[in-house]
Amino acid sequence: MRSGSLIFGVLLSALVVIAAGLSFLWVPFDITQLSIPDKLQTPNKLHWLGTDHFGRDILSMVMIGARTSLAVALLAVGIGFFIGVPLGLVAATRKNSIIDEVIMRTNDLIFAFPSLVIAILITALFGAGAMNAIIAIGIFNIPVFARVSRGAALSLWQKEFILAARVSGKSDLRISAEHIFPNIANLLIVQGTIQFSLGILAEAGLSYVGLGTQPPIPSWGRMLADAQTMVSFAPHLAIIPGTAIIITVLGLNLLGDGLRDLLDPRVRKSRE
Amino acid sequence: MFQPTKIITAATLAVFASAGVSLSGQSDITVAMQLEPPHLDPTSAAAGAIDSVLYSNVFEGLTRFASDGSIIAGLAESWDISSDGTVYTFKLRSGVKFHDGTSMDANDVKFSLDRARAEDSTNAQKALFSGITDVAVVNDTTVKVSLDKPNGSFLFNMAWGDAVIVAPESVEGIKNKPVGTGAFTFQNWVQGDRIELSRNPDYWGNQPALEKATFKFISDPTAAFAAVMAQDVDVFTGFPAPENLPQFEADPRFQVLEGSTEGETILSTNNKMPPLDNVKVRKAIAHAIDRQAIIDGAMFGYGTPIGTHFAPHNPDYLDLTGNSNYDPELSKKLLAEVGLSGGFTTTLKLPPPSYARRGGEIIASQLRAVGIETEISNLEWAQWLEQVFRGKDYGLTIVSHTEPMDIGIYARPDYYFQYDNPEFQSLMTELNGTTDPSKRSSMLKKAQRIISDDYVNGYLFELAFTTVANAKVRGLWKNAPTQATDLTGVSWAD
Repeated sequence: MRSGSLIFGVLLSALVVIAAGLSFLWVPFDITQLSIPDKLQTPNKLHWLGTDHFGRDILSMVMIGARTSLAVALLAVGIGFFIGVPLGLVAATRKNSIIDEVIMRTNDLIFAFPSLVIAILITALFGAGAMNAIIAIGIFNIPVFARVSRGAALSLWQKEFILAARVSGKSDLRISAEHIFPNIANLLIVQGTIQFSLGILAEAGLSYVGLGTQPPIPSWGRMLADAQTMVSFAPHLAIIPGTAIIITVLGLNLLGDGLRDLLDPRVRKSRE
Repeated sequence: MFQPTKIITAATLAVFASAGVSLSGQSDITVAMQLEPPHLDPTSAAAGAIDSVLYSNVFEGLTRFASDGSIIAGLAESWDISSDGTVYTFKLRSGVKFHDGTSMDANDVKFSLDRARAEDSTNAQKALFSGITDVAVVNDTTVKVSLDKPNGSFLFNMAWGDAVIVAPESVEGIKNKPVGTGAFTFQNWVQGDRIELSRNPDYWGNQPALEKATFKFISDPTAAFAAVMAQDVDVFTGFPAPENLPQFEADPRFQVLEGSTEGETILSTNNKMPPLDNVKVRKAIAHAIDRQAIIDGAMFGYGTPIGTHFAPHNPDYLDLTGNSNYDPELSKKLLAEVGLSGGFTTTLKLPPPSYARRGGEIIASQLRAVGIETEISNLEWAQWLEQVFRGKDYGLTIVSHTEPMDIGIYARPDYYFQYDNPEFQSLMTELNGTTDPSKRSSMLKKAQRIISDDYVNGYLFELAFTTVANAKVRGLWKNAPTQATDLTGVSWAD
């Protein structure tokens, strides 16, 4: 059962990653060339998933859209990871000190805002675009990683092997990097997978309201927005990118759950 | 005392009463449109949405637009023009009353025109009044307007929504409570939702067939489609999603009116920004554009190609589309001639309407085919006005210019496309002083040719005016010679 969801998650995620990777090398049609006479075709032998309102091949759009989604989400999670984790580790070295309080309360402040609304605010203020979307989504990943790493690190600081490291004269920061971080990496990978799927949803949401990726770069969210007025006579325009989002988010969530079962010692122990 | 039976009876009666009204022929209408007016004073804002609700329904001018675009008598029943063309004597209709009960006479006309042309006037179209040197009250129903020089379009100017007659007694509050002379009186404005009008029993002209009219504002194209399909609204003027029109056409419950507008949809070009300041580069852009693909792709076939800044249904229109026919090879050659064979990059800033957003993607693809890269950014209207219209911080943009006969904007070097051609400017000055129709016609044609030959902007298509209505509604304007939803002649078929 456990491995079942993991395998399913891996398969779905792999499908998306392969589609995105393949799009660098090959797509069925060049989507920068619009072909108005071919517009709004339903799936057929030539265009496997049909064509959109500009006559672009939807399969090609979805493949390149996968690339956009993965890239935006990866970079956004990267920002959260590389800023949030060090902050959490530093906070954990000085529990209840002023540094800990400042770091964690600032994180609480960011965490308290509804993330998508603030992301909309950021992109509306600084201009719509993939880069600003990445930054906006990234900022809201910081407190997630900071909290997870602080919590896990705090429990490790009580362990004897850490005490041994301290006795041997290592500085707190060195201990955090050499001993704490490798021991919480499993947790962070699981959290990262979940954040990654949330990032993909956020990118689609921002692009849907026109604040994410700008044309002509395809994005699943914008494909959905473009399809909105045509759903009544060309439903495949909305169903296909919608399905792509579902597959990706479902795949990553199953993968995250499976990885947690596999990697997280606490869960593993409780199941045994 | 609580008496349930009485309440139930009353409620039943009310139900029967309302059913009775609808059986005897509907006399109210709900008209939807996309944009809500910012306020309700047509004489102090450029927003066309104000006229869309109020023009000829609530406010009237000396003259007015008829549905075919011709100028007919309004509050002035007749006029004399002096032989030198500088003095207009308007004979006003007698017995006209404003909605607050005060009478409309020559003093109100003088007040309205003087207010519009005053130094501190906030009128959005002050140029309409700039030639007026004096407005004199002869008697209650006669007004004499003197001009500094003959103006062939003076009666046309007086028909604009910006030139409607207001009363000094009520002008203070008209931004929220408009008081005019029209066939409908203003009742209520629920901001963000609707404006309600009702029949004016004291109207000077023919009583309208409708007793009540509600204007609803639905900006989202998807919601617009749903509202019409569910018959929540009886009429949608300027329906925003052309892709849905075939469905309405196929549905016997609805009628689709496809008419013309004064909306020249153009690829506005910043004539001062290199390399777009080079006429050859602009010519290359013009030849790289396939208009039919834009009309089919962005507007689903609704629209008429144009080759200059002029409405095709105007008798003076010149078809200059051949001047900028689709010829990407020629574009590449022209770019090579000016040393840009490697292409260049510029910005393409797009306001919200679908003609701009979709048209922009198509144009970006067409320009890319000849080596011109565009950075697309989608803007909201406020940002567009700030960055493009006022800030002139753009390379290319797409917008529809919906004012009637607005070729004169090319004579304004400070206008956002920054076209500065003294020859064109003197032609426009000359045109404004000419009243002879045949001379005016040839000058207008010359003007169209100059801006077409200079490739000031990319001329794309004339926006179609599409109205979706209940199949039983009669008397709607098919065309939009000005922004208006004239309900005075609208009725329900039985």
